Amino acid sequence: MVYLTRKVEFSASHLYHNPDFSPEENRRIFGKCNNPHGHGHNYVLEVTIAGEPDPRTGMVLDLKELKDILQREILDRMDHRFLNYEVPELAGKIPTTETIAMTIWQLLEPRINNPGHRGQGRLHRVRLYETPDLFVDCIGNGQ
Amino acid sequence: MKVILHRRYRFSAAHRLHQPGWSPEENRRVYGKCANEHGHGHNYVLDVAVTGPVDPSTGMVTNLADLDTYVGSHILDEFDHVYLNEQVPAFRSLVPTAENICRVVYDRLRAYPHARLAAVGLEETGANSFEYAGEFREND
Repeated sequence: MVYLTRKVEFSASHLYHNPDFSPEENRRIFGKCNNPHGHGHNYVLEVTIAGEPDPRTGMVLDLKELKDILQREILDRMDHRFLNYEVPELAGKIPTTETIAMTIWQLLEPRINNPGHRGQGRLHRVRLYETPDLFVDCIGNGQ
Repeated sequence: MKVILHRRYRFSAAHRLHQPGWSPEENRRVYGKCANEHGHGHNYVLDVAVTGPVDPSTGMVTNLADLDTYVGSHILDEFDHVYLNEQVPAFRSLVPTAENICRVVYDRLRAYPHARLAAVGLEETGANSFEYAGEFREND
């Protein structure tokens, strides 16, 4: 098995607020992230594909295809956006690093685990850095 | 899909790699410069990885404030700016290699109440890093 990782960056704003909580509870649980005007991060996304290289091409997955998928599914959706209001998949959710990483997994999995691609690679891990000191991994079941 | 949250912390500490049961020559042969009797120090980077269900009301595996407080009181308050061999009781009888520091940290954090500890990583320098997720017990 060979693991291939591609890294992309996007910048976006967000805020944490649960309308079911009181204003005091929101501040207590979410702290500074509850600021109603939002704040932003430079997110770094690492997407790891696992598979055996195709004997004809030597590739786990065509990097050009992976680059196009990441551009279309993630960067076009999330880069320079206010995540709470401008990304339909995050509407009504708390856009924590966990939630964004899980959403990215759900967006990528059907595109990458697609037998039509050149290469048999499958989505293995989504790693999303909110800062260099805080990041989340999503790993497929059974991996 | 499994979700693992990683949080990195920093502490700076001195240590010395030395086995009291060995001769000075043997210690120098095995541990090299790290056996220097006055010790030396590192800027350690600690990676704490926890896993569990994401609470839909908060979007979180664990509240970072809880994790920061727990790691602060269980590790950083005791490990930062000290001589590990002399000032952390676990290392009076256990040589404080990065491997053993990982094992002691893992054991101390395993009872974290808000999520399951998945692994502990430790960078001793930019070139050397270690990871542990196992059964070590500090007081055995």
